[in-house]
Order: sequence, then structure tokens, then C-alpha cells
Amino acid sequence: MKRQTRWGLFLFITPVLLWLFLLIVLPHIDLLIMSFRTENDSGDMMWSVSNYLNFFHEPIYWLTFVRTAIYSVLVTLLTFIIALPVAFYITKVVAPRFQGFLTLLLLLPFWVSELVRVYGWMILLRESGVFNHFLLKLGILNKPIEMLYNDATMVLGLVYTSMLFMVVPLLSVMESLDNSLIEAAYDLGANMWTILFRIIIPHATPGIVSGSIVVFMLTLGNYLTPNLIGGKNSLWFTEQIYNQFIASFNWNQGAAFGFLLLFLSSIAVWLGLKLTKQSLRKVVQ
Amino acid sequence: MQIDLSVRNVTKKFQEFTAVDSVSFEVEKGRFFSILGPSGCGKTTLLRMIAGLTEPSSGTIEIRGESMIGIPPNKRPVNLIFQHLALFPMMKVGENIAFGLQRRGENKTVIKKKVQAILERVDLLGFENKKIDQLSGGQKQRVAIARCLVLEPAVLLLDEPLGALDLKLREQMKVELKKLQAKVGTTFVYITHDQSEALVMSDSVAVMNHGEFEQIDTPQNLYNKPKTPFVAQFVGDNNAWSGRVRQCNESTIEVETVDGFIFSTKVKETLQPGTEVDLFLRPEAMLIQPDPNISNLNRFEVVVKSILFDGANSQLLANPLNADTELLIALPQNRQYDYIQVNDKIEIGWDEESGICFPRK
Amino acid sequence: MIKKILCTTMFVSIALAFTIGEATAETLALLTWKGYAPKNLVEKFQKETGIEVKATYTNNEEMIAKLRATRGAGFDLAQPSQDRISSVQEKYNIYQPIDLSKVESGQVISSMLEAVKKNTLVKGKPHAVPFCWGTSGLVVNRKFAADVQDYNDLLNEKYAGRISYRLKRPTLIALAFAMGKDPFALYGDAEAYQALMEKVGQAMIEGKRLVKNYWTNGDALLESMRSGEVNVAMAWDGAGWKLNAENQDIDFLAPRSGALGWIDTFALPAKAKNIDAAYKWINFILRPENAAAFTNMEKYGTASNGAIKLTDAAVRGNFERSFPPEAIDNIKWYPPVPAKLEAIEGKILDKVKAAQ
Repeated sequence: MKRQTRWGLFLFITPVLLWLFLLIVLPHIDLLIMSFRTENDSGDMMWSVSNYLNFFHEPIYWLTFVRTAIYSVLVTLLTFIIALPVAFYITKVVAPRFQGFLTLLLLLPFWVSELVRVYGWMILLRESGVFNHFLLKLGILNKPIEMLYNDATMVLGLVYTSMLFMVVPLLSVMESLDNSLIEAAYDLGANMWTILFRIIIPHATPGIVSGSIVVFMLTLGNYLTPNLIGGKNSLWFTEQIYNQFIASFNWNQGAAFGFLLLFLSSIAVWLGLKLTKQSLRKVVQ
Repeated sequence: MQIDLSVRNVTKKFQEFTAVDSVSFEVEKGRFFSILGPSGCGKTTLLRMIAGLTEPSSGTIEIRGESMIGIPPNKRPVNLIFQHLALFPMMKVGENIAFGLQRRGENKTVIKKKVQAILERVDLLGFENKKIDQLSGGQKQRVAIARCLVLEPAVLLLDEPLGALDLKLREQMKVELKKLQAKVGTTFVYITHDQSEALVMSDSVAVMNHGEFEQIDTPQNLYNKPKTPFVAQFVGDNNAWSGRVRQCNESTIEVETVDGFIFSTKVKETLQPGTEVDLFLRPEAMLIQPDPNISNLNRFEVVVKSILFDGANSQLLANPLNADTELLIALPQNRQYDYIQVNDKIEIGWDEESGICFPRK
Repeated sequence: MIKKILCTTMFVSIALAFTIGEATAETLALLTWKGYAPKNLVEKFQKETGIEVKATYTNNEEMIAKLRATRGAGFDLAQPSQDRISSVQEKYNIYQPIDLSKVESGQVISSMLEAVKKNTLVKGKPHAVPFCWGTSGLVVNRKFAADVQDYNDLLNEKYAGRISYRLKRPTLIALAFAMGKDPFALYGDAEAYQALMEKVGQAMIEGKRLVKNYWTNGDALLESMRSGEVNVAMAWDGAGWKLNAENQDIDFLAPRSGALGWIDTFALPAKAKNIDAAYKWINFILRPENAAAFTNMEKYGTASNGAIKLTDAAVRGNFERSFPPEAIDNIKWYPPVPAKLEAIEGKILDKVKAAQ
């Protein structure tokens, strides 16, 4: 009997393990090996860490990474600032029968692909786009302005893309916040800000941290949005990886960049967890 | 006497539904005032209006002579202890208690001193660095009280705070809360659906039903002289018997019950013969096998259906002979009635003074 | 909580994976450029042969990367530019030699066939046959930029905010020509080439604030030019002529220092499965009437012998308008790119993109 269940489990888990191993572990090992190989002057491949050293020696590489990381943190922060009132409104303010509907409205844009969403923004914001058209009609502008291709718009697009991944964990953590805690704080003399910082945010910390990790990682690894909305000034680290693979044909360098992205973003997440005194185990639950 | 809380004609409507209907009362300084009513009677809404968490539709609320209409809860000199206490789990005991003081911007050393003093008062000295989830139910209770009392509110509002405790602890906390209130002298407004809590602790009790107050009185009067059938039934156990007035002479009437018994009982108002009435009899008003020599007793025979043993509160469940009315009869545990068995026929007697009659509406 | 999100994502992607059905008919997996497999020709081909064409649209760089990742599997036919074949083939071995006997060579302009054969010779075997050709030059809106002459107008203050080009190697090459240098002559000398490219990169960085955007998608560029957001762009002649048909002000211009001539080809990936279908497609699309249909639609010239007679007069007019005889002589045809140059260019382009 016991033997049977074990076989059953084995049978059930094998495809998963195979899938993990063949599609995730194996390619990563291949990439890892590739990242430590480099071409010497005579065109032969040899072992070297020069791909990794290049990252630190060449300012455009690590500066791009720093820029990407800083913007990712900013996007995470902005996403949080926007998502918190939204989650609060849905869970605490609105009548329960509308909660499902509002959550659905939030999810709705994510049924279409990121590419379509980004093009949607481009149609709205471009110089000959919808916003400019209306602003001109209303006489607010006398000459269209280009709203695309700058960092502010890029951040907007990234925040929009990330919203869902912040709102969902916040919704579930806010759901578990007892209304009477807010009322009790209010009753004890607290104003809105104190309630926010002493009651709501501490309560929501696990949700905030998990949402932030997801948003940070997704933003850091995003390619489409910075590339399309950000335009000419928006070199994102992922684009550099892409360029190494595609434009420069230097897969070894690209692989090294990929692992650096993985490693450095893991450090950033670890730091974030340490600073907020959260354990990964708790957040992942 | 100074009036700490004065509520006048307060009404709260939620769309079509009237939760609180023109309620008025006053609470003197230092009193323990309870509002007793079944769930859904509007008592929590009333309390939330006093705390400021809900705005009344009409009427005025004054605390120490100042109108509270339009003043948010964080600016009112009242504090509320929530049903589930609402202690902040993200803060330690000491931080919970200091929370309100910090909001007032008091300086750190004063806060520390006050927190220590209140912890001592509620017997939790040395607990300030404990986390909330390390406390027992009774300790949490006391932290919640300390958190409010440290602010020295004009009125402390309590929303069934003992509801979540087990029976033993609840009994204990009842006494403790009463003692604490007497010690600190703060005005308490306590709401509950548990009549025993209200009767044990309060100086006066308002019985609330369907958004209205039925009676405001001392616990003794509520029990002994209920003014409405609802109070008679809701406060303490009571047997209800419907019947009709046969005869009335000044303060005594003769009632014929639906199952054909004829009893005489005292009334405060004269009732015309033929009036439909409800007759209420406390279980302890019914004497088992009374001494034949006592006069003025209404006597009749019952058949014992079952014996409900509950220590000092033991009762007999019985039917009058040849009738279906169910009666609860107090069964004193002084061994005198140990012989009574189920299906025994016994005689019951009750004094004319102890029956209460209300005309049927 | 992350688990929750991951589970949802996984569930959704699995659900999606199941909805992608499997094809049963004989198919030709074609790795090509946008517009190179027009819908009506694909339908016609299917009617004729029963073979369904599944086209994947991409560019030279991604084409190479895709084939390199699979070591030449996954596609039956690819359409790289002729200059990007030999060095890639030597290094990554992603193509197989083409059997010219299976190509109806009578249908192909022989001089072009010979040139491509020569340029794609690896280990003595040809690896490609020509499909179409065109040039890269300037697409200009004359109404707003009447004086544009050469590539260096892409760095001209006068057109600030109205300029667009790709952040790709043709732009580097073009600007080098506009500086009066010949980058093709330096193909053999990596160091000199790098020095030249650095100079070009520097000029691009200085001119960066003048650029509206670096276009990546041909349709998006057309849209920008139509709406007047961009007035000077470096693009393919076909794109300019397409716009000219809609708006007389916009036209393709062969720059003074020479349009860059390219030939896109057919090459067989090393592990192509359906080689027969690949040859069928090559012979089908080079048939004069089909090639002419392609030209009428996309405006690019084809390697099909005799197709020119079947094309619209307007298409022929385009060429005559944009290419006076001296401009034709001045076309700079891309020679095969030696290895390593891409890495040099990649780094320069990265620098341009990163510059603020």
C-alpha cells in the first residue's frame, strides 16, 4: 500500500522534475558554463572570468545596471504608493458586493499582452496621440508635445505594468486587517497618517514585501516597456543582455550579464528583506 | 451630581431601517451604566455614536456639557473598548498603552511614568515588553482597559468586552471590572446582551429592544419591578402565562389562565375584567409543596417533566396538571427536595405579591 | 504570497499552452522579414502545393541568434542578407549549402545570382540565392526638410526632434560614408575599423538629443512619418516609396555619399526538415508574376528575371525618381561582414544608447 502511494507520487512528480531540470536547470548550467568562456586572440575558446570583469571595468555596463536598479526601486515604491490606497479602498471602503467587480476591473488589462498595453500607452501619449489631440482641442496646449521617450513616461508604463502584482498581495493582506484596529487607533486619538504608518503598514508588511519583491524583479527584468516607451535614453540592463546576444553575437558576455543580473538582484532583495526585518519564508507563504 | 454623558433623542437610520429610535438618557459621573439588549437591538450603534465612529441621524450627544456632534472620535474625551479588544498586534503591551498618550504629544518620561502606573493598577507590572499574542485572555482584557484608562477619558465605553472569554474567566472578570471601576472612579458605559453581566456590575441598566429603551433602572428594580413584558422576560428567567382578567378590586385581580387555572395577583393599575393579560412568574417565586398553613398563596398541582440540575440554579421543568404550559420552578439544593422524581405530582404555591401582570397589546 | 502569484501565472500559461493547437498539414517554417511573405502569395502557394507557410518575422541579428540557439533547427528556410552569411556560417555552422540545380536559375537575374553565390561561398560551396534587393538611404518629408542631402543631416540641428534612425550597424556605416570615409575598405583592419566606428559613435552621441527615437519596427516608423512626428529618417527605399504613394511630400532619397545596397537571400538552415518545400517556395516566389506582385506591394526590387516588366508603372517610376544614373553607380553594396566587427559595433551602439 505504502509502496504504491510512493510510486504514485513519483509518477506524479516526475514530469514536474523533468520539466524543471530540462527547461530550467540544464539551460542555466549551460549558460553558467558559457559565461566563464571567452574567445582569445586566435579565436579559440578558453576559460576566463573576463566576462564578469568586463562588467565592472566598463562603466556603461555597471552604470546601466545601477540605473536599472534605481529605477526599479523607484517603480516599486511608486507602485506601492498607488496600490495601497487602491487595496484599501477595495477591501475597506467599498460595499462588499462591488469588491469582486473592482478586483476584476483591475485584472482586466492583464488579459491582453504587455505589448498591446504598451502600444496602447504609446497611442495615448505620442506627439500625434490622443492626449495631445484633446489638450490642443481644449486650448491647454498650442503645440503638441512629445510625452513619450522620457524617463517619467517609462516609469509610468512600468508602474502600470506592475500594478497587479502589488495590488493582489495587498488585497489579501488588507482583507485580514481587522477594521476595529483602525477604529481603535482613531478612537485613541490617532489621525489618518498615524493610522497609516503605525497600524496599516505594519500589518501589511508581509504583503508589501512580497509584492515589492515581485514588482522589483519584474521591473528589473522587463524589456519591452523601457525599450518602447523609454525610447532613446532608456538603456535597461536587459537590453544590454539582449544586445550582447543578438547584436554583438557575444553569448558568453550576455550569459555573464544574465548571471550578474540574477546575482545582484538577489542581493537587492536580500537587503530589502534585512532592512524590513522580514524572513523570506514568511513572505513566500 | 455632575452629568458626564447626556444623550437626547438620538436616532440613527440606515436607509429604511431605524437602528436607534429617539433614545435619551443621562449618566452621572462615576457611575457604571449598562445597556442591555438582545443582539441587533441597536446597542452597538448607540455606543459607536457616543464614541464618534458613527454619526447620529438626529439628536444630541453631550459629554460633560459639551456637544459632540461633528467631533471626530480622535478628538472626543471618550474611549471605546472593542468587542474583540482590538489590541495592536504589531506593538508590545507598553506601546499599546502608550499609543494614545503619544498621540497627545506628551513627553516621553511622563508617558513612561503613566504607563507604569496604569500597568500596576491593572496588575500587569513588568508586562510592557510582552507581545500581545503572549498574553492570556484575561491579560489582554486588562491591557485593553489600561490602554483606554491611561488617557483618563470622561467616559469609558465598553462593547461586550467579556464576550470572548470562557465562563469561569468571565465570572472572574465581572467582579474585577466592577472593582476596578470603583477604584478609578471613571464613568463606564457598558453594553452587553448578557443580563448577568449587566446586573452584577451596574449601578443602573437600560434595557434596549428594537432601537428603543424599555426601562432604565437599578438592577434590583429591573428584576423585581419590570415595567414591560419584554423586560420581565429578558431580565432573569420568567414563566409567562396568558389569561384573562375575571375580576378586579383595587390592587388585586383574578386571572383565569388559558388552561383554566384561576389565580389572584397584585397589580399597580386597575385592569378591566375581560382584559387579556400576560402573567409572569419567576421560577423562584414558585414554592414546592408549600406549608398548608400559609395563606394568600395560589396553589395548583404540576407534573414534573424533568429535573434540570445546575447546582445552585437547578430547576424543575413541569406541566400544570392536565395542561401544556411549561413552567420552570426553582429547585433549592438544600436536600429537602431530593425525593422528587420525574412524573411525580407535586403541589406548587406562589404569593399574590410575586406575580406580575401586563395587559396584552 | 509569492507562491500564490506564481501558481496563478503558471496556471494561466499552462492553459495558454494547451490552446495552441497542433498543425497537421505539411508546413514550411519560414524565418523572414516583415512583408516578405505576403498573405495572398502564401495562399496561392498553399493552393498550388498544399503546403502551409508559417512565417516568423525578424531581422538579420535575431535570425542569426535564433538559428545559432538551435544550431540551425526549427526553420526550413531563412532569408538573411547576403553580407551576413559567410562569416556566420564559418563560425556557427547554421546553414547548409544550397543546391543550385534545384533552383530554377532561369528565373533569377544571373548577375545577382553570381554575386550572391560568390559572397556566400564557404568551403567552396554557395549557401544562398538572391530574393530581393533594395537600398538604405534617407526617407524625407520635403515639406519640412527640403534641404536634406546626405546622412549627416541625421545629425543636423535644423531637424532637431524630427529625426529617426535604427540603432543598428547600417546607421554606423552610413554615417561613416557621410564623413567621407569608406568603412567597407576597413573591413579587413579591425583596429582601424574600430577607430572609425568610435568616431561615428561620438558623433551620434553628440547628435543624440536631436533624435526623436531609434526606430525598431518598420510600421512604427511609417506611422511616425505619416503623422509628421518624424521628417528625416534613415530607412529602406521601399518604406519611402510606400509613403510616397500616400503623400507626395515624402519620398526616398539616395544620399549624396551613396545609398547602401543590400540583397536579401534564401538560405537553408543546417537542420531544415522540409527542404523540398523550401525549394518549392523559392521557385514559386521568384516566378515573375509572383515576384512582381511582391514588388508592387513592398516596392523592393526582386532578383526575379523578367518581373520588372510585370510591375506597376508607379513602382518603376519610384526607382527612376530616386535613382538618377549617377546615384545608381554610387550605391555602396555591402561586402560580407568579417567576424568580430559585430562586437565592435555592438559596444559602440551600447554607448550611444547609454549616453544621456
